[in-house]
Amino acid sequence: MSAQIIPSKTQAETGLADAYGAAKAKLPGNAEIVKLREDAFSAFTESGLPHRRIESWHYTDLRTIMREALPVAPAPSASAIEALRKEIGTGLTQKLVLVDGVFVPELSDTLPAGVTVRSLASVLAEGKADFIPLISGMGLGSADPIVALNAAMMQDGVVIEVAPGAAIADPINLLYATGTATPTACFSRSLVVVGQGASVTVCESSIGEGSRTGQTFGALIFSVGDEANVGHTLSLTKTAVGSVRLETFIVELGTKAKFDSFALIAGSGLVRRQIFMRFAGDESEGAVRGVSLLRGKEHADTTLFAEHVGKSCIGRETFRYILDDEATGIFQGKIRVAPGAQQTDGKMLSRALLLTDMVAMNNKPELEIFADDVACGHGATCGGLSEDQIFYMQARGIPYADAESLLLEAFAAELADDIPHESLVEVFRAEIAAWLALRVKA
Amino acid sequence: MLEVKNLNVSVAGRKILNDFCLTVKDGEVAAIMGPNGTGKSTLSYVIAGKKDYEVHSGEVLLNGFNLLEVEPDVRASKGLFLAFQYPLEIPGVATMTFLKAAVNAQRKHRGEAELSTPDFMKKVKVASDKLGIKSDMMKRALNVGFSGGEKKRMDILQMALLEPAFGILDETDSGLDIDALRIVSEGVNSLRTEKRGFLVITHYQRLLDYIVPDTVHVMSGGKIVRTGGKELALELEKSGYAEYATAESAAA
Repeated sequence: MSAQIIPSKTQAETGLADAYGAAKAKLPGNAEIVKLREDAFSAFTESGLPHRRIESWHYTDLRTIMREALPVAPAPSASAIEALRKEIGTGLTQKLVLVDGVFVPELSDTLPAGVTVRSLASVLAEGKADFIPLISGMGLGSADPIVALNAAMMQDGVVIEVAPGAAIADPINLLYATGTATPTACFSRSLVVVGQGASVTVCESSIGEGSRTGQTFGALIFSVGDEANVGHTLSLTKTAVGSVRLETFIVELGTKAKFDSFALIAGSGLVRRQIFMRFAGDESEGAVRGVSLLRGKEHADTTLFAEHVGKSCIGRETFRYILDDEATGIFQGKIRVAPGAQQTDGKMLSRALLLTDMVAMNNKPELEIFADDVACGHGATCGGLSEDQIFYMQARGIPYADAESLLLEAFAAELADDIPHESLVEVFRAEIAAWLALRVKA
Repeated sequence: MLEVKNLNVSVAGRKILNDFCLTVKDGEVAAIMGPNGTGKSTLSYVIAGKKDYEVHSGEVLLNGFNLLEVEPDVRASKGLFLAFQYPLEIPGVATMTFLKAAVNAQRKHRGEAELSTPDFMKKVKVASDKLGIKSDMMKRALNVGFSGGEKKRMDILQMALLEPAFGILDETDSGLDIDALRIVSEGVNSLRTEKRGFLVITHYQRLLDYIVPDTVHVMSGGKIVRTGGKELALELEKSGYAEYATAESAAA
């Protein structure tokens, strides 16, 4: 006899089911997309919100954290768009603005020749067969309940296609904004398809004090063609107290492609970033870096899965955390090397600086190797600042707090320095310095 | 003038400095020699303010100001400079950034205006050329990947920029080849002035061929046991420290 466990739905899960029930008739997509949504939602319903007994969510128990499902954000109103137009200003060029997950062309710029931009809603409405696997993330992350929920509920987003051979010098800015005064939930999914030999950089950031409050279920998918050279940055730095940001990042690389990604996480909201990356072709290079700066009771989780299928690819996954006060950092990373992926060179490293006795850092690096001619390694360290280094700096006249700041800045900014765009290095260095300045003041 | 008065220091319950007294006058170069484990490096660290040492009693006066009462950075701003036996590597902090932070922190402490970047660059250029430090080293992270000789030259460059009232050289000769020793010594010699005193800590007489001291002290058992002129160093080179080790055990 076996005990049958019937999990009861939490209030949030019931809320999400109601939201899906109410929205699905209006959500964009042809019959095939409707089926995709239905399948995704039943997969989500089966597992429910992820909790600590699901290994990949062990340290971020969403079922406990997310007590209620917030109402889905309405399409942005004309007045909200006008207000945002002022707020956005003219600082950023080549921007594509998403308000509560909905692409707003009126607020966006025209992009140069070689780049085509459409809303996800229109692409879903067409539902062309060749786009469906791309929109589904090439199967990456499909077993994850939050990826499934996003697939079921995706309202809109932006689809960027870069033509083969096109060289887009300046970054394309994906700018997230909110048009609602009260906390809402939004579900966006964006797709970047980079043609053979093309080069482009895509930067994600948010505007507004506190950015989006509420619950954000976002997904960004990159399909990188052969010999393409792609850069990506994410600034997830203005999350507000009580907000939940669940960001999925999916990348598939062709042959001889180059991909470089840097993310900065700093803010008061709960952040879970999940990265699914596949080296599908041979001889590609992929670098994914991330810095999390956490204070108070902040919680940031980066969970990464890198799958090597093609031969002779180089993977570099490098993450750093600075944890102050009572913050919690999580890094889970798994490199999987498929049987045929010989000569894979994969290295993953997570380093955390723990500034108080009250912080927590959970590191879980894993390797799963099925090929016999590879060079893979992983490492994870936790520690404090070196008192000897601080003394050396003090002995030159630099006060203790300044020495500490210089060392912290160096630790965090070293990963930003590798961004191939000089102007972006400056942007992130400034953000890191601003975070540290607040720390010194406190 | 540096005056160390009746300094008693222990580490982890072990007495290292034993009623230690020393005076180095303005413009004087004093050398401290002695066998391993007599507390020479402890003396330099205690004066500079490193933690982990328990100071039971005594004073360290730099031009009348008791250094022991303030933090290490304030001691530096008051004019103390310690050239490290092993200068530390600071990954991620560009050498230039570090130098500027140090110079301006000291200026700020003394109520002086910060140096402008062009003025600062000029100063660095002059000082680094003298020491044969290549400009690409200034862009690299401080001491990271530098050879032993390059690290020591970098320390001397810092001293040249910070223009301290008093410099302590803690076994500056360790890890240096003959050419590097000469360059570093010339760097130090060019900083000798009528006002600026030095305390040179070393095991070997060789360094004192290049930086010629006015006085030589022999340290053993946590105190000065003999004082003489520069010829004392030559004598020690011949006879070794055996005599002083015996004296120490006899005293104990």
